[in-house]
Amino acid sequence: MKTDKILLDHGSGGLATKNLIEDVFMKRLSNPFLSPMEDSAVLDLPPGKLAFTTDSFVIDPIFFPGGDIGSLAVHGTVNDLSMQGARPVFLSLGLILEEGLEIKKLEKIAQSVADAAKEAGVTIATADTKVVEKGQADKIFINTSGIGIIENKFDRIGIDRARPGDAIIVSGYIGDHGASILLARSGLPFEAEIQSDSAPLNTLVEDMLRAVPSGALRLLRDPTRGGVATVLNEIAQASDVDLKIEEDQIPIRKEVQGVCELLGLDPLYLANEGKCIVVVDKDHADDLLNVMKQHGLGRDAAIIGHVEKKRAQQPKVVLQTTIGGLRIVPILTGEPLPRIC
Amino acid sequence: MPEKINLFQNKKHVNALIQAIKGLVPRPVKLMEVCGTHTMAIFRHGIRSLLPAEIDLVSGPGCPVCVTSQEDLDKMIKLASVKGVVIATFGDLLRVPGSNGSLAQARAQGANVEIVYSPTDALNLAQKMPQKQVVFLGIGFETTTPTVAATIMQAKALDIENFSVYSCHKLMPPALDALFQDDKLGIDGLLCPGHVSSIIGERAYEPLCQKYRMPCVIAGFEPVDILLGIYHLLLQIRESHPRVFNAYQRAVTHEGNTNALFMINQVFHKKDEPWRGLGTIEKSGLAIKDTFNHFDAEKRFPLDILSNPEPKGCLCGEIIRARATPPQCPLFAGKCTPATPIGPCMVSSEGTCSAYYRYGRDENR
Repeated sequence: MKTDKILLDHGSGGLATKNLIEDVFMKRLSNPFLSPMEDSAVLDLPPGKLAFTTDSFVIDPIFFPGGDIGSLAVHGTVNDLSMQGARPVFLSLGLILEEGLEIKKLEKIAQSVADAAKEAGVTIATADTKVVEKGQADKIFINTSGIGIIENKFDRIGIDRARPGDAIIVSGYIGDHGASILLARSGLPFEAEIQSDSAPLNTLVEDMLRAVPSGALRLLRDPTRGGVATVLNEIAQASDVDLKIEEDQIPIRKEVQGVCELLGLDPLYLANEGKCIVVVDKDHADDLLNVMKQHGLGRDAAIIGHVEKKRAQQPKVVLQTTIGGLRIVPILTGEPLPRIC
Repeated sequence: MPEKINLFQNKKHVNALIQAIKGLVPRPVKLMEVCGTHTMAIFRHGIRSLLPAEIDLVSGPGCPVCVTSQEDLDKMIKLASVKGVVIATFGDLLRVPGSNGSLAQARAQGANVEIVYSPTDALNLAQKMPQKQVVFLGIGFETTTPTVAATIMQAKALDIENFSVYSCHKLMPPALDALFQDDKLGIDGLLCPGHVSSIIGERAYEPLCQKYRMPCVIAGFEPVDILLGIYHLLLQIRESHPRVFNAYQRAVTHEGNTNALFMINQVFHKKDEPWRGLGTIEKSGLAIKDTFNHFDAEKRFPLDILSNPEPKGCLCGEIIRARATPPQCPLFAGKCTPATPIGPCMVSSEGTCSAYYRYGRDENR
């Protein structure tokens, strides 16, 4: 039976499942690890420490300006590995499909997964598909896990390693993903379309790791949910330091600023899917910035502040505003924007 | 950001104003702003950290969600559970706790609650779902009311049967009058709300200014606007010559927006209105006129509700009257946070407690 929608039968494990896997996924994702369709993939890994991560994606809408749930599922996990200084190598792909999802949409998403994996240089080594009754999930949910390799020659990078004096760099314009999803969902008639920044950061990170002596790069973090403000607070807490950032120096697109002003939001709290926050020894900050600026994804990178000795009992993030005033940037509380990734 | 706005965030202008303000501070002064947008702008730009310590900025009843009475909140939340009703509301109201839960909790239990960005969105919603009754929760001061009035007029013109408004609209001048009657208020000057003033005009403050000898300055919302407003208040305080001064002339006229005022008068009439923290104030609220009966949710869905008293220990009422600051509340930042709000001042993005929690817990002087 030919159908243009996902049916419960597609999750039965029988012929319909086999056909779906071959027509939709194998056509696009086949590789020596996945194609034998064994119960698990057997991997040969290069030397080094292993980084291992998992993430689930439930974004609404599943297609948005600048990407879709498929590319996001690859980028998210690739970036989580990269933030540990790991080179992403293998990904798993788990899909939960809602009965009634159009197969055309699934094909488009599978193609996005394939393209994003190719761009990031990772292999989808194992995959699984399940179908649930209509209403039991919303169109499609994806889980990806990833394995990356940390070369032994690099010192550990970690969120507890920020030291007073260090510089804080952001790799580009902040808040694009959050603002894009917000606009797509609000139905507000806005002239400018804001593109999500969803992108794989692994090649940028590779360049960065090579740009400065091992150890000078203290930590990397991708400011997804909770945005830049939340990541900075996590760094302050884990490293037991204050962070001071300058509003003037933070790259924010005027469209994003406009949406924020209209909806009463702060771009510091909007999600990013293709940006990283870097803390680096101040003596190497300019070198690192130059290298970042030569990479397409770090073109708009900027030093936004620095790490200071903790002044009070509680570590905190302080923003110097455009007019020279000071205010606290607290961790995100209250209504988070649901289902942005 | 548009160039024009940048001008009002210009560091040079800001510094010049700060210097001028420093030269004018004769003694400790307490200035009140009565607009949630002012409250947030002051915190967001770190304006307090730039001002001399003698200037104490306090927030008055300028956040519409915060001054909504417990009974009105309970009725609006109850409406959400009426069969066939879809509530259309601004997002701020969603998590405000009533006596028994919030709209967000009602939604989790199956009530239909939609977030809208304007009353027109709510009307569109009604047209899209003719089998449902869409009730818009009308909360706000003179700034919001004209668009609600226009929407009700449009609903009547289009003969849209399944749309109504629960009107909690409030008027700013009567509330200020009630506030100023408090001998303990100790306010030296009033930073008048820019948005409200664009509708009601300079003249709306003249009786108050005369009656209480209260310096009044209308100010906009950019850092330079707010500092200019403070500067003019200090000038009046030094000269002991209270008057209404308009420091926001690019938006506010003496007469206000007469078209908007006309529309309000077409659809609404004044009624005595309960305010959280201030009690019932004569002719300070707006009810829908009989000619628009069909669009009055209170008449269409009569609810009998017994409200619990306001939450124990919560100082929202005192904070709204500038008798207490959020850190003085025993619940602040402990039991009451934006994630687990107890009083409305912590929920609304314009609430004083929310502003203190988000930006102001540590004074960066």
